[in-house]
Amino acid sequence: MTRSSLSSSFTVTVNGEPQLLDLDNRTTLLDALREHLDLTGAKKGCDHGQCGACTVLLDGRRVNSCLVLAVAAQGRSVTTIEGLGTADRLHPVQQAFIDHDGLQCGYCTPGQICSAVSALDEVDRGWPSAATADVGAEKITLDDSEIRERMSGNLCRCGAYVNILAAINAVAQ
Amino acid sequence: MTSTLDPATTRTPLMGQGINRIDAIAKVTGEARYSGEYPLDGMIYGWVVQAPIAKGRISDIRPATTLSMPGVLAVLDYRNAPRLSDAGDGELLLLQGDRVYYRGEAVAVVLAQSLEQARAGADALDVSYLAESHDVLFRADHPDMYTPELVNPNFPSASNVGDVDAALAAAEVVIDQVYATPAEHNNPMEPHATTAHWDGDTLLVFDSNQGASSVQMSLCRLFDLPRSAVQVKSEHVGGGFGAKGSARPPVVLASMAARLLGRPVRVTLTRQQMFAMVGYRTPTIQQVRLGSDRSGRLQALDHLAYSQTSKILEFAEQTAVLSRMMYATPNLRTAHRLLPLDVPTPRWMRAPGEAPGSFALESAMDELAQACNVDPVELRIRNEPDLEPDSGRPFSSRNLVACLREGARRFGWDDRDRRPAIRQDGRWLMGSGMASSTYPARNAPSTCQVQARSDGTFEVRITASDIGTGARTALTQIAADALQVELDRVELRIGDSDFGPAMIAGGSMGTASWSWAVVKACRDLLGQLDAHSGAVPAGGLLARADTKDDVAAQADVTRHAFGAQFVEVAVDIRTGEVRVPRMIGVFAAGHIVNARTARSQLIGGMIMGLGMALLEESLMDLRFGDYLNHDLAGYHVASNADVRSIEVSWIDEQDDQTNPSGIKGIGEIGIVGTAAAIANAVWHATGRRQRTLPIRPDRVIS
Repeated sequence: MTRSSLSSSFTVTVNGEPQLLDLDNRTTLLDALREHLDLTGAKKGCDHGQCGACTVLLDGRRVNSCLVLAVAAQGRSVTTIEGLGTADRLHPVQQAFIDHDGLQCGYCTPGQICSAVSALDEVDRGWPSAATADVGAEKITLDDSEIRERMSGNLCRCGAYVNILAAINAVAQ
Repeated sequence: MTSTLDPATTRTPLMGQGINRIDAIAKVTGEARYSGEYPLDGMIYGWVVQAPIAKGRISDIRPATTLSMPGVLAVLDYRNAPRLSDAGDGELLLLQGDRVYYRGEAVAVVLAQSLEQARAGADALDVSYLAESHDVLFRADHPDMYTPELVNPNFPSASNVGDVDAALAAAEVVIDQVYATPAEHNNPMEPHATTAHWDGDTLLVFDSNQGASSVQMSLCRLFDLPRSAVQVKSEHVGGGFGAKGSARPPVVLASMAARLLGRPVRVTLTRQQMFAMVGYRTPTIQQVRLGSDRSGRLQALDHLAYSQTSKILEFAEQTAVLSRMMYATPNLRTAHRLLPLDVPTPRWMRAPGEAPGSFALESAMDELAQACNVDPVELRIRNEPDLEPDSGRPFSSRNLVACLREGARRFGWDDRDRRPAIRQDGRWLMGSGMASSTYPARNAPSTCQVQARSDGTFEVRITASDIGTGARTALTQIAADALQVELDRVELRIGDSDFGPAMIAGGSMGTASWSWAVVKACRDLLGQLDAHSGAVPAGGLLARADTKDDVAAQADVTRHAFGAQFVEVAVDIRTGEVRVPRMIGVFAAGHIVNARTARSQLIGGMIMGLGMALLEESLMDLRFGDYLNHDLAGYHVASNADVRSIEVSWIDEQDDQTNPSGIKGIGEIGIVGTAAAIANAVWHATGRRQRTLPIRPDRVIS
């Protein structure tokens, strides 16, 4: 990493490809993706970590990319919706969102899908949520309340929640 | 291969089928580009600077510091902004003078090479103001309250049939209550964004809106340009709910800035900026008076609604208009009063008028049912009119009673004990409630072009907008049906003003209006194909349609969709928290084009209604004159965990008087009645009426 008063050069792996970036230090990971790498799948709904539309996977864990400075992601691995699956090879969660109509305007959708992929992984790892009855249990029982709770950081103003729940349930089974 | 011309071809109509969204793959893969996502060469970023005062004037702008910052190219303000002509919307006459009309109004745009530089430049911009005392408090007894001539979109402000006062004085049962709804913000997930580019004297904008031809018309008027010089594109739109129903500030600011710099400019609003700059639902205060006999048959209905507007544009919400057509009564009066304040202009938000109006009317009907000891469903059936009560006109179709009966059956309503506050499950008080829904089913003129290509496929071009409704899919189905071909032979192109004038995606009129133009053009094209012998020529065959005359020639009947909503609530007696475990909606809305997307849209409307009932409230900060909770942490929309079981269904309804496809529109009706159904259920659970929205915990336990 080189340093100047305003910008930094660093490498981030995005969807499996190392990307050398030279960015204003104030650039968020979200803006690095959208404005500098033309990966506009991650959306900016609030820029304050309040809506979840910008959710991507950072080293496999979901983050609000608007709350991560790009320079702080140096050396790390980012997966965006574009890296999760493509039209020819959809990720099972993407396919389930289509099958269950888990989207309307589509603006929150990439964030919902990234979040769902990560939430299912968190359940597999046995991480409890606020809806988990027994936080000491080895295995989480994934019921509707668990999914709703774990997906409540991703707002959908069109109100696709019922279908998002159905889509995630379908993948989980 | 099926022939278009073969009358023996049997194909299953696509109307009604639950086909997957045509744009679903693009949306789940992130390929769908929204208006702030078109990278143009040499593009500059604009960051809006907002006024920190609610009323006054700009005394000075000193841009030197900002202009000295890295990457900053210019500051656009009223001193260097292009002059605009009045397009009939005072909110769009931006940067034309030193006056400030509301807090959060745009006073400058800082233009820089990067987003970060533009933002830093905006933060540093040195603007001084001469503040004047502001008036932002909405109240019914304000001396400036007046009667508007018309209410949105063009209804008379007042109506009067019979003698309401005499009938109320003589009525055996009278309900006289005041209901209040707060300001609410649309908050589509995609913030308003525009990327503007001038090529000489022609303007191209990628803009997030509900109607590209409407925005095009505004830009033509503002910049004095012919239609041929302005192109507006909106391929994908991340929700609108009314907030993108007409040109809003970003498209004007970006176009001015791009003019100033001679380079493409993108202006994207922040979530916080949206709370001041793109409209909201007016707060309302509503007095509803019902007079009936002991059996609940209405003798009088009086609905008076107060709402607010700004001082630069009159927007008069049609809050009481639904009372003119909902229930039979020989004496019926409605009126609206409007208060101009030093606030941004309220605009459309999903079911303007009907959403807040139904909260008052349907709550009052529940109070009347209680007073008469009549079942609330039965009360509504008893007051079912044969003709529109206000006008005496026939309904093109009216299936409210069928919705009420089917909803009651699905919900299991008939076993309900009407007594309030008698069901407890641990710390939860349980209750159920219902309300009727309605929304007008109107059409507006639209144009469409359909081209038969030599390869046997068809291209349909219409300036429609898919803001998440599924219109792109529904119109493709309609075109394929009209052309009698399979879906994959139709390519529908929307979201481009070059395709000609068309209705916006608003007022539940989008798909209805567009479908008419699509069907008309397709029928014309089939006629051409019939008359044409031999193969389609290399250049194809083209049909154009304009439904202006068809819409004007519609019979003078009243057209509405109807519905009934039933909900179950659980109220925590210690905290006042209200949960909604179950919601059922049954609708009668003409032909449903796509069962899958329609179900999603109706559920979405009910979820927004749940938010309206329990969560949504924009709080006015009287000192600063601005909405205080202006982000998604302070302004609560329903999240996944707020939503439990929701079921929607519809009854088969054939209405030949709406449009050739028999469509009534479903964008708004889902939110109409939801808040009243929940408030009525909270009364049933607790025995306490909730006449002010939202039903916050403190209001439940106070």
